[in-house]
Amino acid sequence: MDDLKSKYLSQIANAADENALETIRVAAVGKKGEVALKMRELGKMTPEQRQEAGPALNALKNEINSAIMAKKAGLADAALDERLRTEWLDVTLPTRARRTGTLHPVSQAQEELTAIFAELGFSVAEGPRIDTDWYNFDALNIPGHHPARAEMDTFYMHRAEGDDRPPHVLRTHTSPVQIRSMEKMGAPLRIICPGGVYRADYDQTHTPMFHQVEGLALDTDISMANLKWTLEEFVKAFFEVDNVELRFRASHFPFTEPSAEVDIRCSWKDGTLKIGEGDDWMEILGSGMVHPKVIAAGGIDPDVYQGFAFGIGIDRLAMLKYGIPDLRAFFDSDLRWLRHYGFQCLDMPSLHGGLSR
Amino acid sequence: MKFTLSWLKDHLDTDASVDEIAETLTDLGLEVEEISNPADRLKDFTLGYVKHAEKHPDADKLRICKVDTDEGEMQIICGAPNAREGITVVVCKPGMYIPGLDITIGVGKIRGVESYGMMASERELELSEEHDGIIELPSGAVGDKFVDWLAENDPSKVDTVIEIAITPNRPDALGIYGIARDLAARGLGTLKVKDYAPVDGSFSCPINVSIDEDTLDGCPHFTGRLIKGVTNGPSPQWLQDRLTAIGLRPISKLVDITNFFTYDQNRPLHVFDADKVVGDLRVHRATGGEVLMALDDKEYTLVAGQMVISDDNGAESIAGIMGGLATGVTENTVDVFLESAFWDHIQIALAGRALKVNSDARYRFERGVDPEFTLEGLELATLMILDLCGGEASDVVVAGQAPNHARAYKLDAARVQSLVGMDIPEAEQRQTLTHLGFRLEGNQAHVPSWRPDVQGSADLVEEVARIASLTKLVGKPLPRITDGIPKPVMTPQQRRQQMARRTCAALGYNEVVSYTFIDQPSAAMFGGGTDTTMLANPISSEMSHLRPALLPGLLQAAARNQARGYMDLALFEVGPAFHGGEPGEQHNLITGLLVGRNGPKDVHGESRSIDVFDAKADIEAVLAAIGAPAKVQVLRGAQAWWHPGRHGKICLGPKKVMGVFGELHPKVLSEMGIKGDAVAFTIWPDEIPMPRKSGASRGALNQSDLQAVERDFAFVVDDSVEALTLVNAAGGADKALIKEVRVFDEFIGGSLGEGKKSLAITVRLQPTDKTLKEKDIEAVSEKIVAKVTKATGGTLRG
Repeated sequence: MDDLKSKYLSQIANAADENALETIRVAAVGKKGEVALKMRELGKMTPEQRQEAGPALNALKNEINSAIMAKKAGLADAALDERLRTEWLDVTLPTRARRTGTLHPVSQAQEELTAIFAELGFSVAEGPRIDTDWYNFDALNIPGHHPARAEMDTFYMHRAEGDDRPPHVLRTHTSPVQIRSMEKMGAPLRIICPGGVYRADYDQTHTPMFHQVEGLALDTDISMANLKWTLEEFVKAFFEVDNVELRFRASHFPFTEPSAEVDIRCSWKDGTLKIGEGDDWMEILGSGMVHPKVIAAGGIDPDVYQGFAFGIGIDRLAMLKYGIPDLRAFFDSDLRWLRHYGFQCLDMPSLHGGLSR
Repeated sequence: MKFTLSWLKDHLDTDASVDEIAETLTDLGLEVEEISNPADRLKDFTLGYVKHAEKHPDADKLRICKVDTDEGEMQIICGAPNAREGITVVVCKPGMYIPGLDITIGVGKIRGVESYGMMASERELELSEEHDGIIELPSGAVGDKFVDWLAENDPSKVDTVIEIAITPNRPDALGIYGIARDLAARGLGTLKVKDYAPVDGSFSCPINVSIDEDTLDGCPHFTGRLIKGVTNGPSPQWLQDRLTAIGLRPISKLVDITNFFTYDQNRPLHVFDADKVVGDLRVHRATGGEVLMALDDKEYTLVAGQMVISDDNGAESIAGIMGGLATGVTENTVDVFLESAFWDHIQIALAGRALKVNSDARYRFERGVDPEFTLEGLELATLMILDLCGGEASDVVVAGQAPNHARAYKLDAARVQSLVGMDIPEAEQRQTLTHLGFRLEGNQAHVPSWRPDVQGSADLVEEVARIASLTKLVGKPLPRITDGIPKPVMTPQQRRQQMARRTCAALGYNEVVSYTFIDQPSAAMFGGGTDTTMLANPISSEMSHLRPALLPGLLQAAARNQARGYMDLALFEVGPAFHGGEPGEQHNLITGLLVGRNGPKDVHGESRSIDVFDAKADIEAVLAAIGAPAKVQVLRGAQAWWHPGRHGKICLGPKKVMGVFGELHPKVLSEMGIKGDAVAFTIWPDEIPMPRKSGASRGALNQSDLQAVERDFAFVVDDSVEALTLVNAAGGADKALIKEVRVFDEFIGGSLGEGKKSLAITVRLQPTDKTLKEKDIEAVSEKIVAKVTKATGGTLRG
């Protein structure tokens, strides 16, 4: 029996491949293999002999089977190793091209400020880009002869002959949405109105279309001090700084009274702007307490309700925050610009996760 | 509005520094735009004394001067005819910047002789146009600073000039006196009130004035008088200096005096040469067609209704805007008729705009001058004319009377505090208003005549807040609308736009924001470009019409990028397009454009031209992201800018189009200058029905434990049969059992013959109650074949 064992174990050890191993298995422990034949001889043995030979044969069979299994695994490993040895790739080659899209800074900034004002309970209102001169001017306390009309560089829509209505305008500001929202929603009211606006002006720092966000808060007791706090909180949140100093300067807008232009403390060093520090002041927005005539034009009683309004340039905010030098490039669609200043699809601004990366 | 510090101090007694004054002005709403002080550019120059001068050996006109300076004796070569021994001069030493020459002087050799710096003329220091010789000072010691000498001997030369922006509501601040009044109200000094005695006329005015009845609403008040025997000519230096400092050109005494009061008191005046006026003056409305050569040497043709001042010869002055050349004063004027009138601001604004004349008078009248100051202005100007030009004044002629401006508004001190949110005691509020010229009677504040902008109680609040200083305002938290966590604020449509943007970016598109106006031919190509969407005053023909779609703008952007060498593009825009010219005739669109290849050529060989199925995949992804129903029809027949055979409309029924995708028409691409292939998609987000939302719950998930089975079928159909028809037919064979039908192969022509194609589908069967047996599968397969055959006329491919 020892002969048998050493014969097969050495054959297994020397088997060159799985086929050879199978041949050995059949010859050794197959149904008609040598071990099986030996087992058949057990019947002819005496009980004593059987008692000795039976377990020994079983052990032999198990041992051979184990050896075959082990050898099989070894052969498979060797074969795999051999295959892997040939499977070498130049992984420094580039991948399949995958486009990366971007969002425009105006969209991003708009989502950022929406997130901030939503926290303060402002909802987002919208209005038409073409508007009547009543909504754009008269309702905002800018009558026909008012010098502000001429200064606004208004785009007018063509009027067909025989149509004697005053020409419609491309809205020169988002303020008409104030009136439309007051008419629709009444008071108390808190809205922001972001969107495109138009002025017939094109030079280094002006484009005929740009974006504004209007804010309006009406209630029975809202004061200019509330306006200042709201703007301070907004500016801190938007520019993601801990402290910010705003300067309110008396000014004049026909639709607010008192009116204030608001400057932000900043510094310019080597062409880089820093918000909240330094000795410079930069004008960032216009604001004020809504003029009673404007509240009345919106169908709300100005003796009961008062509130503030402000208007900020969205493009300008984006330029300041993200260091974008030229307004005109916003609308030029240059791929290099879109990629450089654009935002990833998953850069979703939120107050809990942060507005920017 | 420009003024000088000394001019301001004519009206304001103050010790405040220029910086304090500037800060206060800005804070009061009179925003300082620029402060310039001539002393700044002259501060380095010092006085010197020419000890010795001799002719240059090699130049007849040059002199070699030995000049004593604060740094010892210097040798300066000078070509000025008055350079000579014994004069006190202004020395510019090497290294100094000479403003009038815009150079930094150095040490040089002039014809072989060294020269250290120069001696300056007035022009070289920008003090005047004088350049006939170098400055010769009658006093001063060597080493004195030139600016100190000027401050003592010629202060107007170092007078600080302040320029402020005036908002349209503050005509009173268009006079320096008004600016002083604001500063005094803030407490930065005391307003100087000057007394004057009206001039008694010594004869009656030979020129009479009348205002037509129909013109009284535009010219309610006209005053004038003749001053005979004046001597015109250049103004005294102080007056010339003042006008020059604020950017006006001195002309002659009479003209300079009118300009002086325009700026000093916001009181425009006009002077006629009385000898050229024929008969009386009449203020009336133009009948139209009157031609007038104005003082700016331009000819204006009046429109009927505009106000004009005429004499017997006809129109002589564009009322309140600009006088006529024919009756203008000259150096030789002896008798002058001085006009001070009040004109209605709206009529002046309209006439000025129509005639396109800009003048200081128009600028002021259209913003509003003080109606109570008409006569006073005349008297003050008379005094100055008599003072500077001599002569004798007539009685005053008056037509009409000052309009009634009287009005009063309630000062509600509590309301002021509630609006501003600042603690300003009532006494302070009243004091502020009093300082600004309001008269308080109880709680009624009577508005001063020079403040046409104050039209209600709200304006009183503004005045009080402005003088109290908004800089001092301390922020107070805006109370929350509701306790607890704020509710979402975006509308479903706003959310859709946001999701669309972010999905497009995720699909690799770059967002653009383009102008909403484009050129007419491009607009016309995309169904717009008619007069209803035309601008009346575009800034260029490239921006003449509101866009009817986003595609033309995107295609133009693509062409621009291709011109820069970027051939493969994926651009998208979300924004409004316009189908009319009325408010609201706009609709939102989401449009994506793919141009060129799906990527650069690569080692994996996967670069290929983009095709219609790229656009289809992307529109499906965006539609899914914004919550469009999945079960749709794909129809044809979209607008002409799509390739007629290679586009599809994604519809919920024939009239409900959610979007279009496809190849663009080759003609459109070549018109727009696009190189290579281009496919696009457009979605009308507002057309997509809102999901019927019943809470956030998803409903139960039904996961069968039974094994699903897939079977493949290939059908031979006519090549015009659409795959979706076949898929829908197959899916309808057993709606309970068939989970999904996928097309996995299309084969056209070949052995199938002309006009035939083969479509292969995989059908996935998902049993719900028992495992499928072969006979069940056979049964459903037969049904599938029958349904497809019926719907398409096709046969199972053998």
